[in-house]
Amino acid sequence: MLDGITNILVVGIGGQGVMTAAEMLARTALNQGYDVKKTEVAGMAQRGGVVSSHVRFGPRIYSPQIDPGEADLLIGFEAAEALRWLPYLRPTGVAMVNTLRLAPPVVSVGLYDYPADPIGELAQAGIEVHAFDAGAIATELGNAKLVNTIMLGAISDYLPFSAAVLRDCIIEGFRAYKPKLAEINAQAFDTGREAGHVQTSS
Amino acid sequence: MNAVVHAKAESRHLLSGNEAVARAAWEAGVRVAAAYPGTPATEILENIALYPDIYSEWSVNEKVAVEVAIGAALAGSRALAAMKHVGMNVASDAFMTQSLAGVVGGLVIVVADDVGLSSSQNEQDSRYWGRFGHMPVLEPADSQEAYEMVKQAFALSEQYEVPVIVRMTTRVCHVKAMVTVAGQRTEHAAAGFQKNPQRWVMTPANAKPRLPVMHQRERQLQAMSEASDLNFSVTSSDRRIGFVTAGPAFMHVRETFPNAPVLKLGFSCPPPLEKIRAFAGQVDTLVVVEETEPLLETEIRAAGLEVRGKDILPRWGELAPSVLRPAIKPLLGEPYQVPTRPQSTVFPRPPTMCASCPHLGPYFALSHIRNLNIVGDIGCYTLGAGHPWNALDTCTCMGASLSMAHGMDKGRGASDEKKSIVAVIGDSTFLHMGMQGLLNMIYNRGNVTVLLLDNRSVGMTGGQENPGTGQNLHGLPTPRVDFAKLAEALGVRPERIRMVDPYELPTMVKLVREETKMNEPSIIITNRPCSLTDRFERFRPYEVIDDQCTGCGNCIDLGCPAISVSRRETVTAKSGKSKELVFARIDANTCTGCHMCVETCAPEAIVQQPQANTIRIHPHA
Ligand SMILES: Cc1ncc(C[n+]2csc(CCOP(=O)(O)OP(=O)(O)O)c2C)c(N)n1
Repeated sequence: MLDGITNILVVGIGGQGVMTAAEMLARTALNQGYDVKKTEVAGMAQRGGVVSSHVRFGPRIYSPQIDPGEADLLIGFEAAEALRWLPYLRPTGVAMVNTLRLAPPVVSVGLYDYPADPIGELAQAGIEVHAFDAGAIATELGNAKLVNTIMLGAISDYLPFSAAVLRDCIIEGFRAYKPKLAEINAQAFDTGREAGHVQTSS
Repeated sequence: MNAVVHAKAESRHLLSGNEAVARAAWEAGVRVAAAYPGTPATEILENIALYPDIYSEWSVNEKVAVEVAIGAALAGSRALAAMKHVGMNVASDAFMTQSLAGVVGGLVIVVADDVGLSSSQNEQDSRYWGRFGHMPVLEPADSQEAYEMVKQAFALSEQYEVPVIVRMTTRVCHVKAMVTVAGQRTEHAAAGFQKNPQRWVMTPANAKPRLPVMHQRERQLQAMSEASDLNFSVTSSDRRIGFVTAGPAFMHVRETFPNAPVLKLGFSCPPPLEKIRAFAGQVDTLVVVEETEPLLETEIRAAGLEVRGKDILPRWGELAPSVLRPAIKPLLGEPYQVPTRPQSTVFPRPPTMCASCPHLGPYFALSHIRNLNIVGDIGCYTLGAGHPWNALDTCTCMGASLSMAHGMDKGRGASDEKKSIVAVIGDSTFLHMGMQGLLNMIYNRGNVTVLLLDNRSVGMTGGQENPGTGQNLHGLPTPRVDFAKLAEALGVRPERIRMVDPYELPTMVKLVREETKMNEPSIIITNRPCSLTDRFERFRPYEVIDDQCTGCGNCIDLGCPAISVSRRETVTAKSGKSKELVFARIDANTCTGCHMCVETCAPEAIVQQPQANTIRIHPHA
């Protein structure tokens, strides 16, 4: 986190909640008094394409984009997507990855191969990797949609502000708009936070 | 409830450029706003629609949207039209003349250029229209500026009775940044239309005297631009390179060269040439950083100044820090090596059609019929050019399919002789600009088979309403266009108008086969809603009984993302030839139970999941 600026890249596939997760991080940073910019290219995101959302915050942010090699944190909602965006991470960066494997039609019909061990490849790159099955936790908690909050919980101890402020920002949002889901999301956040502590060794 | 709509004065919000434009329009007292959807501009009108003080509508195309706004402005209302860059091409006939006549109520056209081509068919620099139509152009660099400039644009428009262009790019529209919302709404009552034929009836005799008025106005705007604080400089003691820049490129310049002097142009057309000259005098080398065409650069050079720009910078795409660094550093005498990073070797993940998309059926048919030239259009169905269908041969601009297909029929070469010409178009695109092509084809005795894929939605841009859906922007019921009757009224013979359920694959294939053999225009109209909209009904998912799957791979040809390959096996047939079998699996979370794939499966291995195992999934949760 150079010059007091934090660069977070959130990546995944259209429909996974990548943009919502990025929005939560940006809002929390705004509440903490940072200047914030968030950008994504997701023109056809709903059609199963790649989604990447850049969140930058610090004393003053000009360009909204994170340059390759400049991300402090990489949050991957899918294993191969995390690997795709690895060149954006600093050598000292942290990757928080959901081990879910989603093969697109081009892989399914045999035009391309899905990487055999994307998490292993990430770990071999010398960065700090934390990988776990967020989907399994969500299923256990009874709602597949919780993956988003689980991933945010997982990253919450690697941010320049406390996990509690991110947690509050998320849960406040649920209290205001979907109060019934507040409790289960709080649980998802905490479970994700635990899961995120485990580092994958190369 | 939307936080921005109810935002108090002097509060800070994280807003996209599009949301900021909407808030500013409301504060500026806009009374009428019209748009046709298009990435990255779509959310401007979607957000304006949240403000009940503004009359807002989805118009059927951009020309109509601008004309609606012009009419409102002539009645004295403040009016706004929004569109993506290519929409300006469609709308230009209207504003090129209205610029001559002028306006009464403020008229602002917000245009979003897709710099970097994230979801468009071309890259265009809409700042040209300001030069072409003698209209001022304001260029915000982020959400805060978008908010402020829209308000200033209305003041400018009324002061000089001129339509004003606010030029956004994808990196302003879709970037969320902090905006301090300053005020509340200031009402601007409409004076009412004042009849004045000399002014508003643009016959040659009335238009001619407006020409000197327009050019006089441009000189005044030039003086305004010189004095405007939207054109400001950031000074520095380092005078090696001075940047002249506009739009989000300003942010990239500041990010990359924080100590360099910068002249930032927010009011960039007409350009403040004297201000630029004075700035040039304070620096050793002047570099223009603008997206995308060298417009300012050419104007500055024509003013007699020495300037660098597109000789070292790319003429297309975003001028992000990673682009600026290698181009500019050598000028500073700081050699720069682009860092070598291992390139990712991960497979591509192109966008594709959705599970149970009603376009899957027609493309299954098109990919199974030979000897077709398939002239396409713009919408989700453009994805039919991709894998596994490979069944779309052209895509140019909205509405082009029918007219281009007609031309391809009339201009056949020897190799086309035995081919049938098909045009594929969606409901919104047909109503936008496509139906004129059908009219033209009928009138000129053409012979094209039209596939009108009516999914009751503007799918590609996120499922907006259109006159074919039976609802308007605000969800109110409206008469629904009857496409069959419309086709008949335009002259298609009733026998050649075929309605079809696109999920009924055998019928779909049969109809396309039949109609493409006809020697007259015909139209096949599908009738299933977009599976991402509320009109779509979800059923229990299907599954593949593995023992019964013979590995024929037919269901894979459908291209449904819920179906994937579970395993492959190579077998040797009796003839001695080896053959690859492809076994399928259906993902229960993705499958919506549309049953289309069942019809591709001869051994009946695809069955609906029993009730008990059903995982309940809310389609729009
Ligand atoms: C002039 C112009 N305006 C807007 C757009 C953006 N755009 C691309 S496709 C599309 C409409 C698609 O709707 P439809 O034809 O109904 O097809 P669907 O996506 O639903 O299959 C729009 C608005 C454009 N490309 N060109």
